[in-house]
Order: sequence, then structure tokens, then C-alpha cells
Amino acid sequence: MGDTPDSHLARPAPEPIPDPGLEPHEPRPTDVDEKAEKRAERQVASLFGLSMVFAVLFCVCYFALKVGNHPTTWLGMGASNVALGVCFGLALLCIGIGAIQWARKLMGDQEIVEYRHTAASSEEDRVEAVSSLMKGVAESGIARRPLIRNSLLGATAMLGLPAIVLLRDLGPLPGNDLSTTVWKKGIRVVQDVDGAPIKPEDMVVGQLVNGEPALFFENDAEGEPLYEGVRLQQAKAKAAVIIVRMQPDDITPLPDRKNWGVEGILCYSKICTHVGCPISLWEQQTHHLLCPCHQSTFDLANNGKVVFGPAARPLPQLPITVDSEGYLIASEGFQEPVGPSFWERG
Amino acid sequence: MSNAKTNGTKPATAEKSSKAAGAATWADDRLGIATMAKKQIRKVFPDHWSFMLGEIALWSFVTLLITGVFLTFWFKPSMTDVVYNGSYSQLRGLPMSEAYASTLNISFDVRGGLLLRQMHHWAAMLFIAAMLVHMMRVFLTGAFRKPRELNWLIGGVLLLLGIVEGFAGYSLPDDLLSGTGLRIADGLVKATPVLGSYMSFFMFGGEFPGDSIVSRLYTVHILLVPGLLLALIGAHMLLLVYHKHTQWPGPGRTEQNVVGYPMMPVYAAKAGGFFFIVFGTVALMGGLMTINPVWRFGPYNPAEVTAGSQPDWYMGIAEGLLRIMPGWETHLWGFTLSWNIFIPGQIAPIALLSLVLGYPFIEQWITGDKREHHLLQRPRDAPTRTAFLAAMITVYGLLWAAGGNDILAHVFHLNLNKITYFMRGGIFIIPPLVFLLAKRWAISLQRSDNDRLLHGYETGVIMRDAQGGYTERHLPISEAEAYTLTARERDHIYVASSTVDANGVAAPAARMDTLRAKLSHLWFKDYLQKPTVEELEEGHHHAEIEHEHDVPLEGHAADGHQFDGRHDIAGEELRQH
Repeated sequence: MGDTPDSHLARPAPEPIPDPGLEPHEPRPTDVDEKAEKRAERQVASLFGLSMVFAVLFCVCYFALKVGNHPTTWLGMGASNVALGVCFGLALLCIGIGAIQWARKLMGDQEIVEYRHTAASSEEDRVEAVSSLMKGVAESGIARRPLIRNSLLGATAMLGLPAIVLLRDLGPLPGNDLSTTVWKKGIRVVQDVDGAPIKPEDMVVGQLVNGEPALFFENDAEGEPLYEGVRLQQAKAKAAVIIVRMQPDDITPLPDRKNWGVEGILCYSKICTHVGCPISLWEQQTHHLLCPCHQSTFDLANNGKVVFGPAARPLPQLPITVDSEGYLIASEGFQEPVGPSFWERG
Repeated sequence: MSNAKTNGTKPATAEKSSKAAGAATWADDRLGIATMAKKQIRKVFPDHWSFMLGEIALWSFVTLLITGVFLTFWFKPSMTDVVYNGSYSQLRGLPMSEAYASTLNISFDVRGGLLLRQMHHWAAMLFIAAMLVHMMRVFLTGAFRKPRELNWLIGGVLLLLGIVEGFAGYSLPDDLLSGTGLRIADGLVKATPVLGSYMSFFMFGGEFPGDSIVSRLYTVHILLVPGLLLALIGAHMLLLVYHKHTQWPGPGRTEQNVVGYPMMPVYAAKAGGFFFIVFGTVALMGGLMTINPVWRFGPYNPAEVTAGSQPDWYMGIAEGLLRIMPGWETHLWGFTLSWNIFIPGQIAPIALLSLVLGYPFIEQWITGDKREHHLLQRPRDAPTRTAFLAAMITVYGLLWAAGGNDILAHVFHLNLNKITYFMRGGIFIIPPLVFLLAKRWAISLQRSDNDRLLHGYETGVIMRDAQGGYTERHLPISEAEAYTLTARERDHIYVASSTVDANGVAAPAARMDTLRAKLSHLWFKDYLQKPTVEELEEGHHHAEIEHEHDVPLEGHAADGHQFDGRHDIAGEELRQH
């Protein structure tokens, strides 16, 4: 089939203008001028030679230039990275450009013609293939013995069960975990950086403080941190809060939230109700809090109501009060699940 | 070396031959490759710059494999807490995951490590970008038509897998930015009706962020997805070889042949050389351009995020969809369905992908064209298809811009909310407008082709007639160009065979047939067809009459021929004033 055109392929008549046929081959300078040919040969060989030089230079730079001490001084990276990248890149590019120059200037440039064939097999082959298949099917008796066929289908289908069941231990079941946080009555709201407790008078109007439960900075009886590693990350992903102080007159709390703040200080979950980014962009004048990920905006003076963006639910609020020493504490835990929505949330 | 052939009737004979021939014989005795090689060694590949786009994707994938293997030597896919003690002083002493610490180690303490990391990341950007552009080329030129529909499907799945692979790799370093990406992915998963929380817990090995996701994504990133990519790329290339490459129409280039350079030596040298060029370009990028400087972001902390967080570019449209979606959520019988996440996060990407994958079949059904096509179409000769892509590019661009609405607001001092409101409407209004514009544009390009065929090209020579009017002189185009412009098929609007069944009632199949005929009418009705022989003759005749009284063009100092690139201009100069 390689050397004659396939009769099954569409053969539209060239109209309104007949096919003038392939253009005649025009020789290149390197085909007719020996000087040009020699020059091209030298160019290609020099490029390959240059590549070797850059490969050696790469090795020299690898050992000569230090990494580690001032890693970001050159172009924000380092001398080693820049030198290695340039040497390696040029070593590769010289080979590439040389090979293409070789192909363009020196290799045969006569276009040749190959005939196509249809993707389909010939009619005889199809008939033969189908009859072979039928013969195979008949000999297996799969059509005549539905009992065997169906039980085999059942058995292979059933093998899916072990495969799926094996996935069960990928993780624990969610249970109630998504609806709860570590916040409970009496837990101090502390600064997230150093765990310092916060007094209302420490905060000025308009200020926002990133907070966490004091538990994250406390140790157990044996002096080990209460929360560390994965447990700390998991707890933090739900318990992070922000504390803001506004003019008490600006705040319009819901009837049941009148005593959820202290002197205009309110505490909200820091985890966006959209897809869970920590929210932190605070607009003092408007009392709006903006999520940097998808720009959901919540009005903290109005119970965390969504005023803009893709979030559907207000930011959960943590009721706070002060303890006997005058530090901010949670007066209860969160009244609803924090973070992104999920099916069972209600 | 000598060859012993003992299976014949004659005794073994020793032949003198070169070493290469000896090696080839050795291999063929065992593999029988000569039968295949005799066809493939001189296999013809047509030449056009746009056929190189897929090659960029292929070679950046090879670059990814090479740099990726090196990275695995030092990367530790573990979320165990460690205290960083490496060279980067600003993070020294901080607790972080082993994954992040080993990424810092690769960046600052392994010589060439940062280069490999940056090359790997740049190659990934290039891989997905090249696949996307290659796909647009295939789309615009109709190269997806029969018999290549399956290769279009494979290509679409490759693009999807490339994006999944990119996201998995992006998440591995466990820095603040990639952790934020995973946090968003977790939110998307949780929004799945019924199963969401379970899927999230199984994915992360417990509650987000858990301690398993990095090692799981590592397996996905270095074994599962690359294996699938490799297999599908292999199938993609095999089908390419089997179908033979499409070509542009032109003199001597027909539906039955393929004209170009042989695989050995020209294409092998060009394609092989091009691998080094892609690899080398990626190395230069890795050496000179910072990408994903994870050391600046810090370790992941679920209570922190930086303003202006952006995903890698190919996730931009998903990000845009998430950002412009209004906050719709349904609470019913104690359950929550988050349309605001479920639609942009799951329904829209699946719908978009299905549309892209299904396109060849939709077009085939509407046009009724079931023939094989090996000659490419110019985008202007398929105006509806071209306009469809223009509309899709517009959707993509708008969503991309929407995904960076905070950056746009910041850079151009615009109101963030207004950008978002604009995008919410624009996504529905602008693409149809672009569709209409692109379609008319393509059709007017068809018209200009026909004008060129009928009236020739503009010479730039202005003629003044006896009445003092001015006209521009046109001259006929070359035969090769005229042939190339007309080497396309005439379009046929599909006509419904019969709209009613025997009892005069519209049958469901007949109704589909009518719909198909209507769509086919809408598809083709404004297309311009190439001129017929009569029209061409009429055009040429008309030109002759028009120029009957014109002064002949030849023999004048400035007869316009000097600069049309078709004539010898030796000895001719413009008149000096």
C-alpha cells in the first residue's frame, strides 16, 4: 500500500483550477556553492564544539561556585544556579541549533511523496476478522452457555468489592469532627504569634488581632505540648480566630448576640465559610473582612454577614467575655460548624 | 563480523560486512525489525511551523521526566515535623514538614538542585501551555476530523492529566502557598453532595490537613499520572504514525498523499535537535528566572495566608469560576448543597471537558461529513468552528482575568467588586459577541480570497483614465497560489431526508433529522464558496475589458512590477526626479 495511492480515499476533482503539481526543487546555496557548504559544515561543527566547552564549564562552575552561604544574592537565586543554568542551557542549545543547521543546510532537502491509505482495513480483512472472532466465540461456547457467562461476569464484577473495601482505611470516618472545634467555655483567646493573653484595654478601636486558643501554647502534666504536629495543624485549621475592636455604637448584634462581645471587641472564626482560606484583610472604616483567596467579604459589625463574593454563610462568631484576671476568654464554644460547607452540615 | 545463516538449505556462509550492518542483522535475526523499518525510516513528515507545537509539549514532557527523576533523589515526601537546620538563615530553627525542609535543602544545599527544581517547574508550565496551543492548532485547522477523532480524545485526556499532574506536583513542597491550594481543593471536595466529608477524610487520611496527603500525592505525581501520560503519549504518537500527518493543501499536495521530508535524516535531525532546543531553553529559564520561590512563603500553617495568592496559570480558570460564582447554597432537610462551590468546582469543569472532547462528534453530526480528511482547512474556511474557538478563548480569558481580579484591581486601581460583577455578566454576554464577530471576520477573509482569485492582486499601480478617474491596477495571482486558494471543498448544507413518517406524524428520529438540517443550515448558510470555472473566466474577461484601453504596464520605469516580488528587477530603477 505504500507506493500507490489508496483507491478508497476521497479524490475530489481539483476545480476550478487544475493541480499544477509539485513545485520544482530549488537548490540551496549550500547545494551549488562549495564555499557555502564548507562554511555550513564549519558552523555545525563549531556549535557542537561550543556545546562541549559549555558542558565542561558547567562542571567547573559546579565545583567552583558555592551554594548555601548567600543563596539568594544573584537574581534572587545565587551565582551557582545562574551559572549552572546558563552553561547547561547553552550546552544543550548548541547541540540543538547545530543539528537543525545541519538538517537545513547540508542534509538532502528534496521533498518526497508518500501515498496514504485509509485508516480502515480492507473489506476482506474485516470479513475474515469477524469470522475468526465468531469462530472463537462459538468454540468457547460463551453464547450457548449463559450460566458460565453470567457467573463469570458476576465473579469479576464482585472483585470490585475487595478493591473498594481496601480503600476504607484511607482515613477515619468524619463523625462529628467537622462540626466541633477545641473552643470551650473559659479558654483564653491569645495572640497567635506568642500565645500572649489579651486584655480589652490592650486593643484600640479599629485594631485586628489574629488569635488562637491558649491550649495551643500549653503543656500537659509531663511537660509535653498539648497539641503538636498533625493534631495541632488540624485543630488550628478550625480554631483560628480574629479579634477586632470597633466602636460599640457601630455594632448591630442579633438579639441573641448582645452579650457576645466585650466593649466593642468581637471574635470571629478566621476560616472562610467558602472553601476555608484563613481570612485576614481588614478594612477598618467599613468593618469589612476580605478573604484573600476568593474575595468573599464579611461585615463584622453586622454578625459576620456576607456582603460580597462567593461565600454563602456568615462568618461564625465566638462569644467572648473576660475572666477574673481581665483577659479575653470564650464564654462558650462556636455555636455552629466553622469553615467550608459540607453535606451533613444542615 | 560475519553472519552465519544456518536455517537455509545451504551451509552457513560467512559474509563480509560493516559493523553497523552486523549489528542490524543481529537485531533483525531476533526482532524482525527490518519489515517495519523499511517503511518507517524514510517516513514522510510535512513541514509547517504549527506542526512544531505538539513537539514542544512532547519534549517538555521528556524534560520533566529527566529533571523529575533527579528531584526524587533528594525530595522526602513526608509530613513529619522536623526543625529546619539548613543554609537558609531566615527559616532556620522553625518547625516544618520534612517535605518542605527537603525542598529547601534541594534549593539551597544541593548544588544544581534549585536549577533542577526551577527547570522542572518551568517545563511543567511549558508542557501544559504547549498542549493547549497544540490543541488549538488542531482545532482551528480541522485536523481532528475523521480518522483522527480518537487522537483528539487522547489529546484532551492528556491535557486533563497534565493539569492534574501539575496540581499534584505544585502541592508537594508543603509551603504556605501550596497548602492554601490544598485547602481550596479540600473545600471543593467537601462540597460534593452526600459523599463530600467522607471523600475529604479519605483523601487527607483524616481531617484536613492530616499527615498523608503529601506522600499520597507523591505516588500520584511520580508513578500513577506519569505512567498514564507516557502510555497515552505513546498511543498518540502511534496513531500519528499510522494515520500519517495531515498537510496543508498546495500544488501536488492532495488527500491521497503526504509531501515532506523523510524521517531519516531530515526529520530526525530537526526533531532531535528541537528536543535539545526545548531542553536548553528550559535550562536557561531555570537558571535565570525565579519560579515558585517556596522559601519566601514559609511552611504551611492553616491559620495563615498571603494576600495576592495565585495558583499556577493553568488553574486560573478554575480559580476565576470560583471567584465570580454568587454565594448560592441550599439547605434542605438538614443537608447542605453548596452550589457556589459545586458548580464552579465540579460541574463546570466536567461540562467544559465534555464539550471539548465531544466537539468532533458534534460537528460531524451537524455537518453530516463522515469522510476522511487529510488536508487541513484554513481557519477562515470553517468560520463557525473558528468562531466557536474564538468564543471559547474568550471564556477562558475572562475566567483567567476573573481568577486574578484582586491583582487586576491592585495594578489598575480598579474596584474589585465591580470587576467581579462585570465578569459575572461578561461571561455570558461577551463570548457570543466574539462568536459573531469572528464568524463575520472569517467570512470576509473568504471574500478577500475570492476577490484575489477573481480580480488578482493589488499592484499598487494607479491608472488614470480618460475622464480623469483613478483606479488601481490588479494583476492575476500565480497559478500555484490560485490552486492553493481553491484547493478546498465546497460546503453542502445537510438536508433532512423526510420530516414525517408514513402516517404523516413527525417521528422522533425525523425530528432529530430536522434539527440536524436546521443546525447545518445555521452552520453553513453564510459561508462563501470558492468561484466556479465560469466565474473565474468571467472575472478574467472582465479585467481584460477594463484594461483594454490602459497603457500597457511593460516598458515603464515604474510599471509596478519591480516591487511585487514576482519579476526580475535587475537593471530597472525608479525614475529620478
